[in-house]
Amino acid sequence: MSKILIVAEHDGAKLNPSTHKCVTCAAKIPGASVDVLVLAADSAAVASQAAAIAGVGKVIAVDDAANKEPIAAVLAPQVAKLAADYTHVFGPSTTFGKDLMPRVAALLGVGQVSDIMAVEGAHSFKRPIYAGNAVLTVEVPADAKVVATVRVASFEAAAMGGGASVVKADPGVAVPTHTRFVSRSGATTGRPDLQTAARVVAGGRALGSADGFKIIYSFADKIGAAVGASRAAVDAGYVPNDLQIGQTGKIIAPELYFAIGISGAIQHMTGIKDARTIVAINKDGEAPIFESADVGIVGDLFAIVPELEKALG
Amino acid sequence: MRRIMVGVKRVVDYNVRIRVKPDNSGVVTEGVKMSINPFDEIALEEALRIKEKGLADEVLAVSIGPADTQQQLRTALAMGADRAILVQTDALVEPLSVAKIFRKLIDKEQPFLVLLGKQAIDDDNGQTAQMLSALWDRPQATSCSKVELADGKVTVNREVDAGIEVLEVDLPAVLSVDLRLNEPRYVKLPDIMKAKKKPLDTMALGDFGVSDAPAFKSVKVEPPPQRQKGIMVKDVAELVDVLKKKGLV
Ligand SMILES: Cc1cc2nc3c(=O)[nH]c(=O)nc-3n(C[C@H](O)[C@H](O)[C@H](O)COP(=O)(O)OP(=O)(O)OC[C@H]3O[C@@H](n4cnc5c(N)ncnc54)[C@H](O)[C@@H]3O)c2cc1C
Ligand SMILES: Nc1ncnc2c1ncn2[C@@H]1O[C@H](COP(=O)(O)O)[C@@H](O)[C@H]1O
Repeated sequence: MSKILIVAEHDGAKLNPSTHKCVTCAAKIPGASVDVLVLAADSAAVASQAAAIAGVGKVIAVDDAANKEPIAAVLAPQVAKLAADYTHVFGPSTTFGKDLMPRVAALLGVGQVSDIMAVEGAHSFKRPIYAGNAVLTVEVPADAKVVATVRVASFEAAAMGGGASVVKADPGVAVPTHTRFVSRSGATTGRPDLQTAARVVAGGRALGSADGFKIIYSFADKIGAAVGASRAAVDAGYVPNDLQIGQTGKIIAPELYFAIGISGAIQHMTGIKDARTIVAINKDGEAPIFESADVGIVGDLFAIVPELEKALG
Repeated sequence: MRRIMVGVKRVVDYNVRIRVKPDNSGVVTEGVKMSINPFDEIALEEALRIKEKGLADEVLAVSIGPADTQQQLRTALAMGADRAILVQTDALVEPLSVAKIFRKLIDKEQPFLVLLGKQAIDDDNGQTAQMLSALWDRPQATSCSKVELADGKVTVNREVDAGIEVLEVDLPAVLSVDLRLNEPRYVKLPDIMKAKKKPLDTMALGDFGVSDAPAFKSVKVEPPPQRQKGIMVKDVAELVDVLKKKGLV
């Protein structure tokens, strides 16, 4: 029997939807029982949200002032200790899980499966390699604990309506003080979250400046979409880093994706290949983006985007 | 000696269009351009800049890979690394084993800072830095886009989903670097000549007590499902029409 422990991602008040997706992934393992671990300074709010996810057996809650911010070196020994009775430990393949889970794996003396995109069996998984240009089926030894991150774009969020019990735990491990949180800054824009939005409008180098990017924001607001960007647009400083989509940015799976003035480099495409419908706007009819777009239009984005915004208004 | 250790992995160049072998045993690497993992170039560049600021004395480049990896280590030396070590093996070495090898080299070389890439662009694992810092019981900071050393501490900016996170960590520490940390320098011809005289030591995987048999079994490698090429529309009116028909707007 598989006993799976999922490390919850949260900001102290709200459970991140990546956790619901990990539950869906874990539930694909036949006969699995799924528990969620909440490490926080005060776990009450987040633990009750986790307990409401359908399919969760119990929520293990650890309250410790040291857990106020998600510092991998602080969280990892606690997770490793509490993982003792589990066959699997999963975390999301977000910057939170990517930072934490390999440290947990090393403490447990095992390797890690990064970015599970499909479950083939209790110890067998599919994962992307080479920026998603190949898919590897990997098998963890039957007697080894499975530590893994879950590619959140590959799984739907688990339904709500569960009523798991919340149990407090004290891992009783010493946590280090050598790593200290200083600050976090991010644009809270009031726009939909890029990783969970049903619609995303993304702009590339072609926007030319932060000012030029305004037509992307305006169009996105019109259709209730999140805003994304290529690496080139982020590197050039048009938009902040948390908007980057791709191999080294966010992996997303919206219903509708607009790639505007984006050429379609493989590193970008790996972030959007699960999008339901890709619309490409590019002045170069030969741009690689048109190879994977469901609908393409060749022309100047500075003319097309405002026209499109008006037509949809 | 204030030493910085840098990981340099030999990978298929990021411009190469990957092809999966017909027998699904892996991707074609024969006759394909190989390079330093782009993130490792950035890690090396950062180490060189720290040294140039007078905050380190030596930059040591370390790679685990086949004999041909000497090419990438020579490039690292030409960029400015002082020394290189190749732990030679034809086996595919998993991140945990890479971390164990680095851990042993740390005992020998006593670096105050280890700089690795946030991920290798072949396996896309993104694990080694975190595993190494766990085995070493030292701080980690992953996906760094800014690194500042002062008073035995490092302050870093990390690129996280929510934006930028600032951490302060005590030295020694392991950092993994992100793309926006710096822009690596170009190698000049005289540097390539000079690099030929710099020390490049080769060691065997067996020297580290690490098995060359991977723990995980690679069952098969397949091409990803291809998206169908879609349709082209001639103007905005037609685009709106198509989106409406699909029920998307
Ligand atoms: C290790 C590594 C990791 C990377 N990770 C990522 C990643 O996570 N995400 C990512 O996006 N990239 C990533 N990249 C970079 C990637 O290779 C490309 O360089 C990048 O995606 C290009 O961005 P772009 O399409 O905006 O710019 P360009 O390639 O310059 O394309 C601009 C496009 O705009 C079009 N255009 C110009 N003017 C107009 C106009 N007026 N109207 C309409 N169209 C116009 C042009 O025809 C062109 O197709 C990575 C690269 C490396 C090496
Ligand atoms: N074989 C290797 N030789 C040298 N460095 C490596 C090797 N494998 C991984 N690394 C380092 O670890 C980083 C992350 O690799 P990975 O965990 O495989 O994605 C790389 O960017 C390198 O800095």
